Amino acid sequence: MKISKSIYLFFIPGFILYSIFFIYPTLSALFYSFTNWDGFSPSFQFVGLDNYSRAFTGDSIFIKSIGNNLQFMLVVVILQTMVALAFALIVLKNTKTTIFLRALYFFPTILSSVSVAFIWSFIYDPSLGILNQLLELAGLGFLAQNWLGNADMAIYSLAITQVWFHAGQMLIIFVAGLQAIPQDLYEVAKIEGASKWQTFRKVTWPLLAPSATIVVAYTTIQSFKAFDLVFAMTRGGPNNSTEIIATYIYEVAFRGFQFGYASAISVIFMVIIAIITFLQFKALRSDRISY
Amino acid sequence: MLFRKFSLAVYALLILIPLLVVVLTSVKTLQQTFANPLGIPEGGLQFNNYVNIFQEQTMAGYFMNSSIVTLFSVSLTLLFAAMIAYGITRLNNWFGNLLFLLFTLGMMVPAQVSMVPLYSLMLDLNLTNSLVGLILVNIATTLPIAVFILTGFMKTLPKELFEASTMDGAGNWKVFTTIVVPLSLPSLSATAIFLFVMHWNDLLYPLLFITDNAYKTLPLALLEFQGQYATNYPMLFTGVIIASAPMVVAYIFLQRFFVAGITAGAVKG
Repeated sequence: MKISKSIYLFFIPGFILYSIFFIYPTLSALFYSFTNWDGFSPSFQFVGLDNYSRAFTGDSIFIKSIGNNLQFMLVVVILQTMVALAFALIVLKNTKTTIFLRALYFFPTILSSVSVAFIWSFIYDPSLGILNQLLELAGLGFLAQNWLGNADMAIYSLAITQVWFHAGQMLIIFVAGLQAIPQDLYEVAKIEGASKWQTFRKVTWPLLAPSATIVVAYTTIQSFKAFDLVFAMTRGGPNNSTEIIATYIYEVAFRGFQFGYASAISVIFMVIIAIITFLQFKALRSDRISY
Repeated sequence: MLFRKFSLAVYALLILIPLLVVVLTSVKTLQQTFANPLGIPEGGLQFNNYVNIFQEQTMAGYFMNSSIVTLFSVSLTLLFAAMIAYGITRLNNWFGNLLFLLFTLGMMVPAQVSMVPLYSLMLDLNLTNSLVGLILVNIATTLPIAVFILTGFMKTLPKELFEASTMDGAGNWKVFTTIVVPLSLPSLSATAIFLFVMHWNDLLYPLLFITDNAYKTLPLALLEFQGQYATNYPMLFTGVIIASAPMVVAYIFLQRFFVAGITAGAVKG
């Protein structure tokens, strides 16, 4: 069937905005990464690969921010996926209670990162915070500390906050995935006399792989994009111990006025995300079966 | 069984207690908070923080800015994305697929990658300190996810629908507005809620482009209260409650749609 050429007009408004405010800046990042532009001067020089070699050999904070980001990602991905899956298995059936609980667990997702940052800064506050007070009450006062001020602890404190923020959302994805598993498979497993663990291992888990792929991939990307939360809670401190790649780009560009160098880091950032996404899909795809 | 119930209760409390603390702290004075950070104070509760924050800050203005930016960002993203999704679905050829790929690739690129050149572009176009500027950037950056969700949905619509009405002489615009949009309402509403949460809560773009108080949105204003009030948590939490109120009210009434919408965004993003 012939379609009227007017169909092409439907692309125009979106495509124009997308080109100007997304494609063009993204490609410019690549261009500026080969320059020493400060972001304001009318002129700049091409410096070849200098920015890239500086990032990898002359900038310990950048290397540290990659490490922090990976650390943050690992803790969040593991903890969040486990919490979400464990609780999804409990609130799987639709009853009044489980529907209420799912809505409650999901609630933090609708808050802004800034709000969540304030709430958890208060929880972690060394003198006012709930956390230290609870530890005192439980007789574990020796564990009490400055959760965000301690350079060894801060990145984990942020990771816990991130899990509190988004685990409910992942839980819902798991519930949707679990509810889509055909019930007769469980009947069969029961008749065959499979144990609970065997049923989980042989029926639930393989069929859950697509949801797990989504949760892990999404959580990973989220932990690289956690700019708002980190920026509002620690600004990358203390001592750059919570500097992640995104906050470091902001620092270099808007505090250090090194747009060229910040662009080079942005490009590296994009490559890192592409590699991780690719590896994850490859790893998790192999676990998929169809039914 | 008991262990399961216990775990559910613990998780529920982990969500509820911080939220209750926020509400409670917002009706305490700073002195009461320092004296007894978690309990109910002796002197009784008061609502002065709410009065003060409106006096000390241009809260109504921030609220207005957030509303305008969110309203236009959500509705225009939705409109343009639905048009693109319809175009891709209708064409159903290499050109459509190429566009689809171009938009979906955009979902993988974090906003921080392009923020540096985007900032200088906005300066050149004179679009900093402007709500219009924020709206344009919001549309461009959330189009990918919206196109992705909506195209996925529209591809499931029966082709015969489009073809029959085209035969009846209806133009593309007519088919789009009278058939595709009404049939896509479930997907459109899910996407709308996803976009609503994203745009209402966004911090990065206001942080980059807005320095003038007259154009600040709630998340940015809130962030700057931190500089002003430091650890005056009663004031900070009053701000948190005011900034979150519309979202919380909407969530209570449209809970099912929220869960569906945000999950659609996640699953497809």
